Order: sequence, then C-alpha cells, then structure tokens
Amino acid sequence: MKPPPFDYHGPVTLDEALGVLAETGPDGKVLAGGQSLIPLLNMRLAAPAHLVDINRLPGLDTIEAGPGGVRVGALARHAAVERSAAAAAVQPLLGQALRLVAHPVIRNRGTVVGSLVHADPSAEMPAVLALLGGSVRLARRGGEREVPAEEFFTGPMESALLPGEMAVSAFFPALPGRSGTAFRELARRHGDYAMAGVAAAVTLDDDFRIAAARVACVSVGPVPVVVDVTAACGPRPAASVDWDAVAAAVLDRIEPEADIHATAEYRRHLTGVLAVRALRDAAREASEDPEASDASDASEASEASEGEEGA
Amino acid sequence: MNHAITLTVNGVVREVTVPGRRLLSDCLRHDLGLTGTHVGCEHGVCGACTVLLDGEPVRSCLTFAVTVDGHEITTVEGLASGGGLSPVQRAFSECHGLQCGFCTPGFLCTVTAFLRENPAPDHEEVVEAISGNLCRCTGYQNIVKAVHRAAEIQAEEAG
Amino acid sequence: MTTKLFGEPVRRREDARLVTGQGRYLDDHGRDALAAAFVRSPHAHARILDVDVSDAVDVDGLVAIYTWEDLPGALAEPLPLLIPHPALTHGRTAYPLAREVVRHVGEPVVMVVARDRYLAEDACALIRVDYEILKPVVGVEEAAQGVHLVHDDVPGNVGANLVQEVPSPSGLSAREAIEAAPHTLAFRLDIERSASTPLEGRGVYARWDADDESLRVYSSTQTSTSVRMAIATKLGLPLPKVEVIAPDVGGGFGVKIVHPWPEEVLVPWAARLLGREVKWTEDRREHFVSSAHERGQVQYVRVGFDDDGRLLGLDVTILHDHGAYTPYGIIVPIITSTQLLGPYKVGAYRVEFSSIYTNTVQVTPYRGAGRPQGVFCMERTIDRIAAFLGRDRTEVRALNFIQPGEFPYDQGLTFQDGRPLIYDSGDYPESLRMLKELIGWDAFPEARARAAAEGRRIGIGIGCYVEGTGVGPYEGGHVQITSDGRVHVSTGLTSQGQGHETVFAQIAATELGVPIEKVSVVTGDTRRFGYAVGTFASRAAVMSGSAIALACRKVREKALRIAADALEADPRDLEISDGLVHVVGTPSASIPLATVAVLSNPLRYAFDEETQRATQFAGSSSPDRPPVSEGDEPGLEGRDYYSPVRSTFASGMHAAVVETDPETAEIKILRYAVVHDCGRLINPMIVEGQIHGGVAQGVGGALYEKMVYDEHGQLLNASFMDFLMPYATEVPRIETAHLETPSPLNPLGIKGAGEAGVIPVSAVIAAAVEDAEGIVVDRMPISPSDLHALRQARDAGITPGAP
Repeated sequence: MKPPPFDYHGPVTLDEALGVLAETGPDGKVLAGGQSLIPLLNMRLAAPAHLVDINRLPGLDTIEAGPGGVRVGALARHAAVERSAAAAAVQPLLGQALRLVAHPVIRNRGTVVGSLVHADPSAEMPAVLALLGGSVRLARRGGEREVPAEEFFTGPMESALLPGEMAVSAFFPALPGRSGTAFRELARRHGDYAMAGVAAAVTLDDDFRIAAARVACVSVGPVPVVVDVTAACGPRPAASVDWDAVAAAVLDRIEPEADIHATAEYRRHLTGVLAVRALRDAAREASEDPEASDASDASEASEASEGEEGA
Repeated sequence: MNHAITLTVNGVVREVTVPGRRLLSDCLRHDLGLTGTHVGCEHGVCGACTVLLDGEPVRSCLTFAVTVDGHEITTVEGLASGGGLSPVQRAFSECHGLQCGFCTPGFLCTVTAFLRENPAPDHEEVVEAISGNLCRCTGYQNIVKAVHRAAEIQAEEAG
Repeated sequence: MTTKLFGEPVRRREDARLVTGQGRYLDDHGRDALAAAFVRSPHAHARILDVDVSDAVDVDGLVAIYTWEDLPGALAEPLPLLIPHPALTHGRTAYPLAREVVRHVGEPVVMVVARDRYLAEDACALIRVDYEILKPVVGVEEAAQGVHLVHDDVPGNVGANLVQEVPSPSGLSAREAIEAAPHTLAFRLDIERSASTPLEGRGVYARWDADDESLRVYSSTQTSTSVRMAIATKLGLPLPKVEVIAPDVGGGFGVKIVHPWPEEVLVPWAARLLGREVKWTEDRREHFVSSAHERGQVQYVRVGFDDDGRLLGLDVTILHDHGAYTPYGIIVPIITSTQLLGPYKVGAYRVEFSSIYTNTVQVTPYRGAGRPQGVFCMERTIDRIAAFLGRDRTEVRALNFIQPGEFPYDQGLTFQDGRPLIYDSGDYPESLRMLKELIGWDAFPEARARAAAEGRRIGIGIGCYVEGTGVGPYEGGHVQITSDGRVHVSTGLTSQGQGHETVFAQIAATELGVPIEKVSVVTGDTRRFGYAVGTFASRAAVMSGSAIALACRKVREKALRIAADALEADPRDLEISDGLVHVVGTPSASIPLATVAVLSNPLRYAFDEETQRATQFAGSSSPDRPPVSEGDEPGLEGRDYYSPVRSTFASGMHAAVVETDPETAEIKILRYAVVHDCGRLINPMIVEGQIHGGVAQGVGGALYEKMVYDEHGQLLNASFMDFLMPYATEVPRIETAHLETPSPLNPLGIKGAGEAGVIPVSAVIAAAVEDAEGIVVDRMPISPSDLHALRQARDAGITPGAP
C-alpha cells in the first residue's frame, strides 16, 4: 500500500499554488491535511499526476470569528477549530461536530476545508456547512468565487470545485440570538463514519416558541440532506412539539441506502430518532442562549456552550 | 523527482533525499533507520505509526516526508531523555500495558502528548485520548491503567 | 520450587526494548533488501489466460518478475497439506503462485522483486493478467448444494465429512435418546467470519550466503522450526543449511501458525536465485485477502431433555466454511465438534460436520480455533432449554455439570491431537458459584426492575467453556549455565507477545535457584533449538514451560553432583539459592554456580581467572579418572523434552450485563465478569493480560467484526475502516477471578491460558442481548442494525431460528 508516483509541488505563495493548479488543470490535486487523500493514494484508488502541497502557504491557517460567523482558512486543522473559544462563541455547532470527526490524532492534521472539499456525505463538516447555509471560497489564478453550500455539494465525494481551483476558506454563519445547535450521530465504533447523524439548529422567538428549525442529515443521501422543519415544529414551545410529525417530515426527504454496516431501513429509523434527539438538544440550548451571540460575548458564550455539550 | 529535505528527528538534524511520495513512516523507518515507528495499516486507522510532529501526534503513514521538511519529529526512540525510560514508558511496563508491542510506539507518542495537555485526566478523557489507536493484544484495560499511572509518575516527579 | 518467582506478577523483561522502539520486528530487518510485491487475483474464481508483463519491465528498479511457470521442482507443486486426516478425503492446497486457476480474491499470481516496495507496487500495477471468469461459489449453504464447484475434482465442494457418536449411559444413540426424551428442541445457529488480524501482518526476509551455500530466513511466524523444514523441502536444501528465526512478532492469534505461506518459500527462493537479500512485508489489504479467516459456520441442533433440564441427547450437524483451501486440515471443525460439550454431560451425543469449499480466503485457526462456535452452540442450547422450562439458566447448567469427583472424565470422543477427549481436572460448580457472586447473578432481577423503571433495558448472560490446551506432540528446552554464572534458556517455539521470555525465566530461576536477572531466554530461533512444534492451542507455557523445567532439573542435578564433589558433601544435603550451591544449614559451605559451571568443563586453556580453576594443572580433577567421566558430558547444561499423553483442560465461565437502547438498538456492555481456571498460575499479571485481550477479541467477534463477501466473492470490508476491530471505546472493563485446579499431567500443574478469553464471549453477549430484549438471538455478531431487524421481525410476528 504505497502511493503511486506523482509530481510533487511545494509552492510557498498562494499565487504560485494557483499557477501550478492552472497549469496542471484536472491532473492537479491539492494536498492539505491529507487525512482523506493519502489513504486513497496509499490504496492507489486515486492517482493524480500532480500533487500541490499547500502546507507551506502563509496565512491560510486562520480562524476568524466575527459577529456574522466564522471564516476558516484552508490550513486550519480540525483540532485548532475545535479548540477555538472564539469560534465556539459564534458558532458552537463547529465544536459539537468536530468532536465527532474521526479521532483526536486525525483531527490534529485534517483540515475543515479539506473535509468540505472531500464532500463525503457521511462526514460531519459538510452537514454543518449545509445546515448553516455557509459557503466555500474558491480561488483560481486571477480570481475567486464564493459558492454557497447548497451549490457546493454536488454528489457523493463531488463538489463544485473546478480544475484549477483551490478552496481557500469556508464561512460558517452565526445564528441569531436564542438559537441552539446540536449534532447527534451513531457510528459503529467511536470515531467511525456515522451510520446516521443529524445536525440541528433551532431558533426560538421571544416567547420561547420555535421560530425556525432545520436539520442536516448525514449518510442518507448523495449529499448532506437539509430539511427545514420549522412548520412541523412550531410555532410552539419545544415541550409541546409533536416530535413524531417532525421526524416524519425529515424521513420524507431522505433516501438512505444499505451498506455492510446498516440496512436502509435502519438508517431511516435511526435518522428519525436522532433528528428528534438533536432538535430537542438544540431547542434546550436555544432556551439557555443569551439574547445576542456577538463576538464580544465570546468567552461567556463559549463556557455556556461547553456546559451544554454534556447533555 | 527527489527532494532534499531536512528533519529534526529526536533533536538530531537529519538530511535525506526522498521522492515526493515517500511516506513519513517509510522515511523514518527505512531512510533514517528509526524502526521503532511501526506501520499497521497504512490508511490511518490503527495509529501504530503515530509520531509527534512539532509536538503534536500525527499519523506518519498519512504524511509525506517532504511536507514536513524543516519540522521537528519525535519518535518512540526519542521519548526518553537520558538513559532511562520516560514516565509513560515506565507506566506501560509497570501496568503490563503491552503484549506484542507492535502498537505500543503509537500509544506512547499519543499518550505523551495527551498528558502534556492534560496532566490529570479522568477515565473518559483517557479513553477518548487513546480511542484512535488499535491494540489487538491487551484489551486496552491495562493501557488505560498505564495512562493514569503515567500521570501519577509525572505528578510525583514534578512535585 | 525454591524461590517465590513462580506465581508472582513479575514484570516483563520484553518491555524495556519494546517501549523504547528497540524491538526488532520482521520489517525492521534487512534495510537494504530488495522488496517483493505480488499481483493478486481480483476475481474469486477465474482461469488465467495470459500474463503480460511488457509494460512492467521498464519500471525503474525492477529486478525480477515470476509466475508459476518459473517455479522449479517441488516449488511448482501445491503447498503441503499440513495435517492430513482420514476424513479429509478431498484436501486441497494452493500453489505458491496460481497455476491456471485462481480460487479466491487475493490469491497470488505474479511475484515482483524490485529495489523498494514502492517500485515493486508500480510494476505490479502495470502487469496485465487476462482472466476467464468462472462462477464463484460463495456462502457455505450455497456451496453445499454443489451446483458450482470450487475445485473441479471435489464433488459437492465437500472436503471432509466426519461423524462422531457417543451413546448414552444406557446405550441409546443420540437420535434415539432425543426421540425418547420428554422434550425436544430443534433450531439453527449462525456464526459469521472473523480473523486473527494481528497489528503486524505476515512477512519474510531471506539472506542467501553464497559462500556457505546457506540460507537465513526471518519470518513473522508462530513456528520457525516447521517453516525451516518446509523451506528445506521445497528448495531442496540440506536442513542444516537453512536457519529460520522468528524475531519480535507483532501478534499472531493463529494466522501465523499456518506455513509455509507462499511467500515463505518464494522469498527465500528468489533470494537464492538472485543472490540478493529479499524481503516481503505484507500490507493490511493483503492481510485481509491473502492470509486466513475463521469462525464461519452454520449449525443445526436437536436436543432432548427431561423436565428438570437434564440433557439426554444432543445431535449437531455443522456446515463449516473452509474457504478455498485446507492447508491446516480439519482442525477447526474437529475442535468445534468436540469442545462443544464444554463442562457438561450431554447424555448421548452425535456430531457431524462437513467441511465445505467456497471461493473465499482459506479458513485456519484463529484464537479459540473453533471453540467459540462450539460454545455458542452449547450455551445457546442450554439457554433455550432453560427458557422452555422457565428455569434459571445457571440451574440448568449446574444440573448438567461434570462433578469434581468425576475426573478424569472421558467424553468418549477423539480430540484434535488424535487422542481421547479426557478432561484431567476442573471444578465447574465452584467456578459457577464464583461467577454468580462476581456478577451478582441472583440480585440481577432487582437491577433489571430498577432499570426498567427508568425506561432502560438491561439483560444478563452467561457462558461456560472447557478448553483443551497444551496439545502435543512435544516441546523441548535447553538450559546452559556458563562460567559467568549466567543461565541461557532456549526453546524452539515462538513468541508473539505472550511474555514467554518472562515466564520461562521465572520457571528457570525458580527451578535453578538463581536470580531472574541472570536468566536469558531465546525462543523461535532454529540456531538455538531445532526441535519444536510451534505456538498455538494455548500450549507454550504447558509444553515449553514443562520442558524447560525438566531441563533445569537435569542441570540442577548435575550442578549438585559437581558441587558435592567440590564441597565434599552429599548432593542430597545441597540446595541452590541466589546462584549459590550450599550445604543445607551451613551457608558458609558454598560454591557459586559460576564456579560449578567452570568445573563442569575441564579445560586445557584458560582465558580468565575463573577458568584457570578448570585447567589441567589446577588440581581440580582426580588424576585417576578421565576428566570427563564415562556417560557424562562437559558443560553445565541440559536438554529435555515434554511430551504429554494428551491435552490438559482449562475451563472458565463468563457473564455480562448489557444495555440495549430501545430506540437506536445500540448495544452497550455494562459489566463483564470472568472466572478462569488454567491450573497453577506462573505469572498472574500475564494471565490477566491474556484474558483481557481474549475478551476484547471476543467482543469484536460478538458485536463488530465480520468478513462481508458479496455474491461475486469480493470481500467488501478489507480495511480497518470497515472491518471493525474494537478500540478502547468499545471494550468494557473486565472483572476477573481465578480458580486453580492443577493439572495432574505436567510437572508444573499448569494449563494453557492464551485463548480462553475469547471463547465464550459471543455466547455470553447473545444471551445477554436476548435477556434484555426477549428476542431469540441465534446469529452472531449482532449489530444495532441487526437488532433493529430482529425487533421488527418480532413485531411482525416472525419467529427466528427455525431449522
């Protein structure tokens, strides 16, 4: 299990990297953390002619948390984002999801943006981006574009990234005040890809009734499946929601397939169970959320969300 | 095409020329002769090849040697300072935390970094910390015990 | 026994090198060796039409490419059928490189040798093999229909069929006894495939010495002596010209007892042919598709019993999936069919197995070696009887136990060593009492009720086993005390992490009365000890431990004789402690073993002060006798062998409490308790470690691990991503208690401990899940998805387990 030969490029500026990518086109592949790509290379399931290692590029390991959301650079490792109190204060779902990504050692090296570009429908980060309506910034020689999540994930392991392009950052929007999030999943072993998983975001109105509720489901379709369940939930307090009806609304939208770990029927059942659990957790978190979640509250909000994680 | 790279391995500057595809695990083992780092799956699941890259545990089978040109690597051979064993190494031996020993270097590197971040972990934290390393021999019980024991030894030595 | 070392939790002497990265595993050798890689069949069943290497020959660093046509002499013949058996009427083994037909995905077709492994794999990728696809035979029941054949000349795909019958005490056959029984039950059980999966795969490294015309081979094997004989035979070399060394081995668990693997003869052959060092290190993907699997069986059970649950007759028919080849004979199904009986008297017994070929990886022993399947069968049977009668499951077990006064107990069958299945000792009622106490069996109903009040489902299960350990034919030990007082112990069998260096040193230090620091132990190196069988069947401590003890006793006797001369005392008045031979009660009258070693070897030449004492003018020997007496030998050393009349039988009982999630069907083990009896314990720390590891593998087999083949014979989960070996997060804490009923069969009173932990786990977890859910569990492993399906079937009114 050794990688096939390729031409290695180690650019030291973004321009240089984009230049190589422009020249190599479909034969070029970006290497960031490598935690998904290198296994494929070692198994010779991927054989790019050119590998563009971006690990030397400056300024891409950024995590910028602002009132509107968190922008994560292409070299920000999972572990760094997971540990970022500022990111957690603005968008706690990042940390909630990252704790479920593989194992701590993999998270030391793997990158959030790399996980998005890999576009595995069983992975957590694409679901998070899709749930929050975030976006990915794609740079190419001479320009860049911001692609919204709903257009970015185009199929299993397929994204809108074109030959010659490189994902330089991703943006995870913040939620309004009185919002809560949760990520619930079930994997065969701790750290494995989930058989089913649901990320949920709930926003309450001033009377603590559910004003908005959405879920993103993993492992039940070619891309993360986002379902808006606001209508099925509300507007009523979480305690009086008809959760069976909410689950039914989610299940209408998913098309799970069987694999060696779970039947399609089980994935469907599990998605319903996890959707209810995630929405309940998110609603509970929302009810404890401070009025506004701007960045100045970062440390307090961070602690609050840490406290919630045990639930 | 080959690349001349410089790695600081266990505090020693090593220069080596490698093809771009050379895995860090193979570079350490076969180019530098540091065979203490083991290769159990070459797809990042077993954790036997875990080394410290600038102090952080990473899978050396999922890292190209050329990528870490100029960086510091610590392998199992470099965990002990001086002639003795490090607290983690001692604890694994005391607690019978290894049998065939093949997965052990990966555990030792992982645990060394973990205890630096979290010198007094609880049971759940220990299990989470080692949850990315496979062992087929021990059933993990004595490894968990060894991590707690290592924390104890470190505390004793610090205190 | 003169010191306390035997029975003490002595820390392992292996660890110092293993925790510092100084271990030397197979791939740590031969840094400059050429690398071998293989083109392996992508098809489960196909005819090879053409091999085109033209694109590969240009690969930089390529040294050689070989196919079956290149193999000379015995190397071109099928690999040995290691354990012939009269019932194995159609034993088949593979060629080292496929000849004409491939019979499973992963079978080696072309061998490539290149400067390094990267380049060898590059060449492999460029070799084109044309195949004519043949119909694959997958699934043991489909195979047993015999519509399509794995081997053209094996009708019905049946490699072996074996029936063993034991009549009831009143002379009824099992079928008669079942007919006559007040109650009968009939059902079917399924166990899926798993595999040993050591963290280090297989590997071979060979060095040909052209000047000496000799071969040194390192192999990650469980039997170096037998690999040596196989290589000498296959390569036509004189045995003394071949040496095989098992270096540090990163786990075996059975798969490395098979030999010679194709690579174990091909790599040495290529090394000799090329005059270069050659090494092959198996990668993980290769290990999944080209080594061996185990466990897969379908069992059909009929049982007759009385109103109390007393067994009157048991009739079991087993379809054993043997994969494509049978190099290890029918050991696995023989063990299943005999060890199935466990600690019970079953009245009359009939067991029949058919060993069936399929186009899948071959099946050879994996830790437990057929016992987990047998125990699953027996324990599920007893649980069904208890459920049928509404009786406590432990009561039904106790009712059928062999009693402590009934040993030796003859089960009337022939065991895997060709010898009668006679249990030597045990105390099953006491074991059960200890287990019930440890797990809190009698108080469990209250715990269940409390959990239920919280909306939680918990269940408890139990499983009992008896394990024949320490099978023959023999092992040997050699012990030498040198003039520096050091003790050098060697034995031929190998080590894969069991701590043999430590326990054998404990035995030697205890027997000889020397500090353990003075003892060094070498295993698995044919240069040191050429006669051995191997490490399998929980036999190392029993066999080599006993042999080393016997060899030590020879050395001790000689030491006392020589010391008696020197001290002018009666040998019977001497004892050895702390490396000194001294007169009992007179500590001042003593002589160090080092000096005894010097005196044991009359010298002409001195090379240090100590050895001057043994030279010819030192006056240390009588001028009236030859320096070496008739019948004596120079040197303070001894060699002895242990060859038992039959196996010794360890036993144990496990219990578990599980919780099942009513919604997600997750299965969590809350508690796991083990009572274990392997006779006298040499090192309780090491025995505990063996139990922990065994249980963890059992948990893997019960809840996570299976080999999933599709209808084309493709293994769908040939990676650690999808073959789910448990991490620390999946293995429960294991609570243990020990019972020690010594074996009367060996000088140390010990029984094997290596495999025990894994044996009953599937049975125990199945029972606990069944108890939690009220749904019959008749197939293992069980996943949340499986449990969910069982719940749905229950809700739909479908009863599982009809035969």
